Amino acid sequence: MPAWLPPPAVLAHLGLILVVFNMLVLSAAFMVWMERKVCAYIQDRNGPNRVGFEGVLQPFADVIKLLFKEELRPKAADALLFAIAPVISAAAAFAAFAVIPFGTSTTLWGLLDQPIPLQVTDVNVAVLVIFAITSMGIYGIVLAGWSSNSKYSLLGGLRSSAQMISYELSYGLALAAVIMLAGSLSLREIVLNQAGTWWGFIPRWYVFLQPIGFLIFMTAGVAETNRAPFDFPEAEQELVAGYHTEYSSMSFAMFFLAEYVNMVTVSAVATSLFLGGWLGPFLPDWLAWVWFLVKVFLILFFYVWMRWTLPRYRYDQLMEFGWKYLLPVAVLNLLATAALILWIG
Amino acid sequence: MLTSYVPIFIFIVIAAAFAAFTIVFARLVSAQKPNAIKLEPYECGIEAAGDARDRYSIRYYLIAMLFVIFDVETVFMFPWAVSLGKLAVFGLIEMLLFLFILVVGYFYAWRKGALEWQL
Repeated sequence: MPAWLPPPAVLAHLGLILVVFNMLVLSAAFMVWMERKVCAYIQDRNGPNRVGFEGVLQPFADVIKLLFKEELRPKAADALLFAIAPVISAAAAFAAFAVIPFGTSTTLWGLLDQPIPLQVTDVNVAVLVIFAITSMGIYGIVLAGWSSNSKYSLLGGLRSSAQMISYELSYGLALAAVIMLAGSLSLREIVLNQAGTWWGFIPRWYVFLQPIGFLIFMTAGVAETNRAPFDFPEAEQELVAGYHTEYSSMSFAMFFLAEYVNMVTVSAVATSLFLGGWLGPFLPDWLAWVWFLVKVFLILFFYVWMRWTLPRYRYDQLMEFGWKYLLPVAVLNLLATAALILWIG
Repeated sequence: MLTSYVPIFIFIVIAAAFAAFTIVFARLVSAQKPNAIKLEPYECGIEAAGDARDRYSIRYYLIAMLFVIFDVETVFMFPWAVSLGKLAVFGLIEMLLFLFILVVGYFYAWRKGALEWQL
């Protein structure tokens, strides 16, 4: 091995980062396809079925098409902010996944002396990092909405940011209840705390200890990712496309990518916090990540299913629900959890 | 300790570089034929009336301010939640007192109509 190369552990880590990044991009592409396919079957039609087997290559065809599309910027727009908003959105969407563990550890079949964990990085305040980075995503949306200087974009951006910050509170409080059970902010430790079963057949997942917390988390997660039935920023019928009305070509694709990566991240966080992460029966340790993928996929499917089944809320109902119901319930859930933990010990 | 954050930083840089590169690349390979009409902000195909730099509802400011207050509270709850085992009953009572003050403010905001969206 030449001397100028960094040590194998560092190389393996960089490789892992690239693999995770690529998997996220591919999963977003897969989600686009799955969304269209599931939607099509729900509406009793076939959906994309021309490009590749059953249309799986459709997202790639779409990307190539978008690549050659004209990029327009309204002349009244703020050039700098208009240009960086999609970059912020995409970067924030990807970054949150960095702290999520998706498997045990590997030595790459003995190539490395020290096993590296299947996770970009295991920081001891992972939950806080996720909380912080998901809030960063709001900047991309607000800046996109404001800098376009279009009425639809402005309204979409404002609505979106108000909605996201409203639901972020309940989202954070639902996280806090799980943190309290685990006594740790590290996602790897939280997952490991869910190992084992009750009476031999019920897995010790936090979803069974925190059913209300899980519901709050999922509801807030849907609102955070701006998905139906809470898809107000986009609300096609009233706001055209919301904050990205004025975007075209690849800048538009970046918002699209960010939305799907955000969904994957929220599902992955839900999996780690409530569904035991990569833990599951039957599979050997080195294949544990398959369980992680299965669980994330099921939550994503649920997301898509919900989008094509439920009608959109009304905006005032959304805000009322977030502030008057979800927030108090989340606080009470947290306090009840604390009291129960102290009582049972 | 801080080295465990380096991968996150690398990840952000890769993601931002990827986004910036594809956007610039698309700009280079695509045909650009702008004209005055295309560069108008979209308004259902008719000519745009006025500017979007207008006043918007005060509600958004209110929500943002309420968010700051409650988000600080949430952030305060994270360390409390982690160390509840050590703080025990004392910690719970402290948190109840803290929340009581917050709930007073919450109901004040509610009664004042800060949480109502319809005017």
